[in-house]
Amino acid sequence: MQSSLVVLVMSLLVFIGVNIVGNPVDMLINPEADQEEIDRVISDLGLDRPVHEQYGYFVFNALKGDLGKSFIYGEPALKLIVQHIPATLELAVAALLMAIVFGIPLGVYAGLKPDSKTAKTIMATSILGFSLPTFWVGIMMIMVFAVQLGVLPSTGRGDTVDVLGVPMSFLTLDGLSHLFLPALNLSLFKISLVIRLSRAGTREIVHMDYIKFARAKGLRQGRIVMVHLMKNIMIPVVTVLGLEFGGLVAFSTVTETVFAWPGMGKLIIDSIHNLDRPVVVAYLMIVVLLFVTINLVVDVLYSVLDPRVRLQDQKS
Amino acid sequence: MSDGVPTLSVRDLRTHFLTKAGAVKAVDGVSFDVAKGRILGLVGESGSGKSVTGFSIIGLVDPPGRVVGGEIRYNGANLLDLDDEAMRDLRGNRVAMIFQDPMMTLNPVLRIDTQMVETVLAHHEVDKATALARARDALGRVGIPSPEERLHAYPHQFSGGMRQRVAIAIALLNEPDLIIADEPTTALDVTIQGQILFEAQKLCRETGTAMIWITHDLAVVAGLADEICVMYAGRIVEKGTVDEVLDRPIHPYTHGLIGSVPSHNSRGRRLTQIPGMTPSLLNLPPGCAFRERCPRADEACLAEPEIAEAAAGREVRCFHPHLEAGA
Amino acid sequence: MTAEVQERLVLDDVPPSLARVETPFRRFVSDFTDSRIATGAFICFLVIAAIAVFAPWLAPTDPYDLAQVSVLDSNLPPFSENFEGVTFWLGTDGAGRDLLSAIIYGLRISLGVGVSSGLIAMAIGCAVGLTAAYAGGRTDSVIMRIVDIQLSFPAILVALILLAILGKGVDKILIALVTVQWAYYARTVRASALVERSKEYVEAATCLALGHRRIVFRHILPNCLPPMIVVVTLQTAHAISLEATLSFLGVGLPTTEPSLGLLIANGFEYMLSHKYWISIFPGVALLVTIITINLVGDQLRDVLNPRLQK
Repeated sequence: MQSSLVVLVMSLLVFIGVNIVGNPVDMLINPEADQEEIDRVISDLGLDRPVHEQYGYFVFNALKGDLGKSFIYGEPALKLIVQHIPATLELAVAALLMAIVFGIPLGVYAGLKPDSKTAKTIMATSILGFSLPTFWVGIMMIMVFAVQLGVLPSTGRGDTVDVLGVPMSFLTLDGLSHLFLPALNLSLFKISLVIRLSRAGTREIVHMDYIKFARAKGLRQGRIVMVHLMKNIMIPVVTVLGLEFGGLVAFSTVTETVFAWPGMGKLIIDSIHNLDRPVVVAYLMIVVLLFVTINLVVDVLYSVLDPRVRLQDQKS
Repeated sequence: MSDGVPTLSVRDLRTHFLTKAGAVKAVDGVSFDVAKGRILGLVGESGSGKSVTGFSIIGLVDPPGRVVGGEIRYNGANLLDLDDEAMRDLRGNRVAMIFQDPMMTLNPVLRIDTQMVETVLAHHEVDKATALARARDALGRVGIPSPEERLHAYPHQFSGGMRQRVAIAIALLNEPDLIIADEPTTALDVTIQGQILFEAQKLCRETGTAMIWITHDLAVVAGLADEICVMYAGRIVEKGTVDEVLDRPIHPYTHGLIGSVPSHNSRGRRLTQIPGMTPSLLNLPPGCAFRERCPRADEACLAEPEIAEAAAGREVRCFHPHLEAGA
Repeated sequence: MTAEVQERLVLDDVPPSLARVETPFRRFVSDFTDSRIATGAFICFLVIAAIAVFAPWLAPTDPYDLAQVSVLDSNLPPFSENFEGVTFWLGTDGAGRDLLSAIIYGLRISLGVGVSSGLIAMAIGCAVGLTAAYAGGRTDSVIMRIVDIQLSFPAILVALILLAILGKGVDKILIALVTVQWAYYARTVRASALVERSKEYVEAATCLALGHRRIVFRHILPNCLPPMIVVVTLQTAHAISLEATLSFLGVGLPTTEPSLGLLIANGFEYMLSHKYWISIFPGVALLVTIITINLVGDQLRDVLNPRLQK
């Protein structure tokens, strides 16, 4: 319910942004078009009609999936975006996995042994991960690993393999080597976040009675950490990470630009530079939809993980 | 008392918390025995060291706390000599523990069957079905209706009393020789409390399990325990059978403790109270720890009293015991 | 124990430090300086701020005065001299500008944009948050719903959308940064204002029939300041970082107003040919700025957080 409201409001905002703040003729029509073309498009888009009708027209077209044609590529903007989605998703998912794979063990360790040197190093690094700008870290990575050491490539996706007709990098060794740096760069912030969350969670949960009871039951330390502790930590971590997935997609604009990763983040930046406005509008609508979907999925996941929430749902 | 080696024999147990401000002597020279099938009530105010005694026995004192001396003999063998793995295998298997707050002792995100089966599997190499059968059986023994269904429930689907029964069932799973119950009924309603006490007593009688029942509530131990140890400031101040101690307390502290319980007989009379507060265990001054609050204290109490036999089967740590004449 | 003795004991228990008159500000300063790192960071920040303010007097050259720049000097490594004997301590960039001067001027722009956007956002956020908390009811829920929705979108995305529509420019990036930040302030102010509003002294003020304005500005607002100070420092660091990112992406400041982010972007293309300094040094300046502000902010949070006190 609220989600559809958000989509509606965002469509209104984008519409206002394009039609009221800027001149829609400039925004939506190729500046090199002649007068006849301009007139034709104006009547096509209904720009000569009153504003509320225009908005209806915009929504109607958007629902049909028609968000205009790219000036640069001459293709429907939506199609262009959709073509670039897999690369971005691959990058974002890889970053998400890295955040879990690196973040949770480091965070749990720091939570279990808060006074150890290793824990303090982990926490200091995570503070850096929070405050360093992503693009600068990306540049440094390129300088160290690609330029100075020459061990990892700095741009592009490398060899790809088609999965269901969609090119993917993670299935080839070359593709993986291209994926590693951008994914790490993108996930650095999230790794720090997961470290903090799981450390805080661990420190809170190890003092819970049920952990002590688990020890009193004679369970092995491994089982206590992996089952009793982990399952409780996973709830906040998964919730936050899920919500942050949209952030990963948004921040991929930066990482993709630094590493020349051909996803929709790079596409939007290029489109902004090229004043390719239909693509920009299409991107915005897609991203808003993505965010709304993510919020829904996280709600569902949350209830799967936490039996207490599940029960409340049954009652209501 | 019963013959042979007691199930548990604690001698001069000392557990200290080594804080920055100094050593807090939470348990300082505690000794007692629990025989097979008997229930020992460990009574004291909060901070008297009774819970720490319990945790010391199963080796779960959290840092900075540490058992710094004494012996804990389980069936004759000193537990303090065991390595971590042997100690782990003992916990929840031969010696089980029940905690105070049933709302907190079960992991909220794991189903009851998971939490029970893992307790069996941690100690016995049996298949899951056998473990599950044992879990079902244990739930039935503590009076949980339709255990088969309840196994698949999550803790939050149980009431407080039911959760405590589940916790007791978990403690019973591996048929332990000793159960340490740390105020297991404090957080429950009085009627539920009665039921749990009844179950506990029945189990001990039937299975010959020894039990240490830690509580601050004299009324609870009165109907339940065989022997009582009264703890004050990390030490046992009085020890004896439940009837002896409750009817004829010797130590002024026990005396005060009993006097401060409202009862039917004391209607209309003023309740006595023990003045002051439990002393800080950090930098406890030499001499009797109860001195400051004791109506009978004099110069003699500046020296430290030893625990000594005051009457047949009665031990007390006091220079001025309330013997028959004085009481 | 008699009452008299007990009273004496209580008096004796008062630590001597409380006996002295201690203003909140003095205690705040002494709490803050407890951390040597934070104190160092604060001093470091003062130096950076001074450099930014006095840039025209400190910089060896004016990097944007075309008369002082020669293409012949382009891409010189650090410590090199040109034909006229001028030393470029940090080298020069692709256009032959002295990098040290460019960084000092860039710092001025970055810090200026970051701080002013933070202050404007704070003013707007305070007004909105106080209105929400004080008005309550439907006004409150509508405002907070807007805040929630705004906060569910990442800052960079919102800024990107705005700049895509508005175009480049200092005013435009200010609008974008303020839009991104105001909601944080609004939420913080509302939360602490709600707490304050329910306290007895506000009730007392209401009973005295003091005007709304007086209650809000003299009674509620000052009590919301501590959390605001924390948010303003951390958000300023965030704004500087975001501005650098946007400028790096080429959607922030125009090339005529080169902030640190733009300098880094300019150097990025030279980096692959091992001319590391053009990107690195502005980057280091940016990092030091952000980290010092964050360190100060963290310590402020520890000191000003009432839950952590005592």
